Amino acid sequence: MNLTALVEPDRVHRSVYTDPAIFDLEMAHIWEKTWVYCGHESQVPKVGDYWTLQIGRQPMVMVRDQDGSVRVLYNRCPHRGVELCGNQKGNTGKAFVCSYHAWTFHLDGRVRAIPLMKGYEGTRMTTDNPDCSMKAAARVDSYRGFVFASLSAEGPSLAEFLGDARVAFDDMCDRSPVGEVEVVPVCHRVIQHSNWKFFMENQLDALHPSVTHQSTGVPARRIENRVKAEQGSAPLFFHYLSTFASSFDQWDSVQTVNFPKGHGILKGYMGLRPTDPDTLEHEAQLKAAYGEEKTEEYLSRSIHHVLVYPYLSVQSPLQQLRCLRPMAANKTLSEIWHFRLKGAPEAIYRRALWYYNLVNSPATMINADDLENWTKGQWGLESKGGEWVSFHRNYGGDTERDGVIYSNNGTSEAVMRSQFRAWAEYMAPALAQTVVA
Amino acid sequence: MSKDQVSKALGTGVVIEALGVESMTGAESIAPEHMGRGARPSTQYVPDVTHAPVALQREVETFLFRQAALLDARRWQEWIELFADDGVYWMPVAPEQTDWLGEPSIFAEDRLLMEVRMGRLGHPNAWSQAAAWGTNHLVGNVVIESVEADTVRVYSRFQMMELRRDTLRHFGGSYRHTLRRGANGSFAIELQRVDMMNGQAAYDYVLQAWV
Repeated sequence: MNLTALVEPDRVHRSVYTDPAIFDLEMAHIWEKTWVYCGHESQVPKVGDYWTLQIGRQPMVMVRDQDGSVRVLYNRCPHRGVELCGNQKGNTGKAFVCSYHAWTFHLDGRVRAIPLMKGYEGTRMTTDNPDCSMKAAARVDSYRGFVFASLSAEGPSLAEFLGDARVAFDDMCDRSPVGEVEVVPVCHRVIQHSNWKFFMENQLDALHPSVTHQSTGVPARRIENRVKAEQGSAPLFFHYLSTFASSFDQWDSVQTVNFPKGHGILKGYMGLRPTDPDTLEHEAQLKAAYGEEKTEEYLSRSIHHVLVYPYLSVQSPLQQLRCLRPMAANKTLSEIWHFRLKGAPEAIYRRALWYYNLVNSPATMINADDLENWTKGQWGLESKGGEWVSFHRNYGGDTERDGVIYSNNGTSEAVMRSQFRAWAEYMAPALAQTVVA
Repeated sequence: MSKDQVSKALGTGVVIEALGVESMTGAESIAPEHMGRGARPSTQYVPDVTHAPVALQREVETFLFRQAALLDARRWQEWIELFADDGVYWMPVAPEQTDWLGEPSIFAEDRLLMEVRMGRLGHPNAWSQAAAWGTNHLVGNVVIESVEADTVRVYSRFQMMELRRDTLRHFGGSYRHTLRRGANGSFAIELQRVDMMNGQAAYDYVLQAWV
């Protein structure tokens, strides 16, 4: 089958979720070319601090250099290929040192010393050869402290790549009176037995929550109502869970906004602007820092998730972020992070922490059922019980203005159609050359 | 190369003599500030010890074993009723964490949130519960840490095997219980703290029920 036939405006062929050859093409033509999220600057506060990560199939390391900048390097010794950082995170001092033959490197990757250097005289492997140094990501840039790297020297800038989806980071940081967040140094990691697209589609799929999550939403609502009746009000975290069990009509009223490049927003629905003393104290702080008008602008953005396609789901009002690291066509690692609003009251952090613990932790009462859907979805798509995946809901019923698609129904599958439009653009070079049997 | 030459080459050699303790290794000579990329101190909790009466030791052990048996039997309501009204179930991320309300956790639940989770597990459309699923706990190494008035602090270790569909997972860690003897003479759990040995490893799927 020719790859160009796999994606149609209203449906896609199942093999884009299941075929290992297509997965490899995605890694080469999407992940290893576009901007990929590495981490937040505050993950590596001190010189020598590092975090390892995958960009596509490439093992990378993000490190704080002595000049204060954040570098992103291939985690590989140029001598015999051994990975240099032996843990997911740590501090490597002033240098990377290879555990095999003690080649050492500055924190920007330049070779610093090679043992018994005389042995290289007369060969092409002398320290003036860039092949003696760790290879760096072609481009590294950051936006409001969030670090991205691109393994391709060419292509759009980070600002062009993010486009309007940069609001994910603005909406998070603008809630801090000093305009900054810092990472909470815990990263939950959960392996999904499904193609990465399941997660990305699910994030803006407003039809699924009241079906998939009714088992959590219903008891949460029952207990929320009981606590309200007994005490006059209930902690906000019950609402985090109970809204999942809203009606189809309620979900259909939540709009999605679908940007170019597959990015998108599910607008807010949890009403996260209560009027308790903690919130009011926080708002007063913001007004003191930014003035009335700006504060109002910042706090009235209607956002539940912002997706940065193809790997980030940013829940900016609750300062949480999930990042995908695809491992295989049917296996995806998710990294789950929480951030503190610098300078904001502790109570605001603690309130968001409930969402991190209840919804995003490895004991999640929500994603347990999502993961089950995606696993069964992967199995179903590997079968020959049908060839196509349907994205027909409200097809033709959305509004497009200046390249942005606004769903007129929250449950419109505009989200998936928009994501696959971006997928086809990324994959066009591969589609032109490659024919899969 | 002839046999003679090989014999000749093998006929000479060196003996590497032991160096003084202050001498640098080859790697250190290249990067003198080399230290600090390997072993790190453990933050694993080690229990205090008190000499508790044997009868109390047996009573506490039996309580912990039954706690685990109720989980394995999925008798959630009875399990929740082991907790005091203000009891807390907490699975922190790391052994050094101390504040269940202020630090990222895997579980952080009071009785009301336990009730939500029980409601979920028992809901007819808890889709992920459709898969055949069960656990088997083994609790041991029970150490009473302190006995003060009606409160006993006890440390123990657990192993838990979980079967979901045809996949086995294996978890292990330690419990730290604060047990309070109520007016009826039996213990209630004020705090069940669960430190998973693999709390920060990548989870293959998630945890649906308490450990």
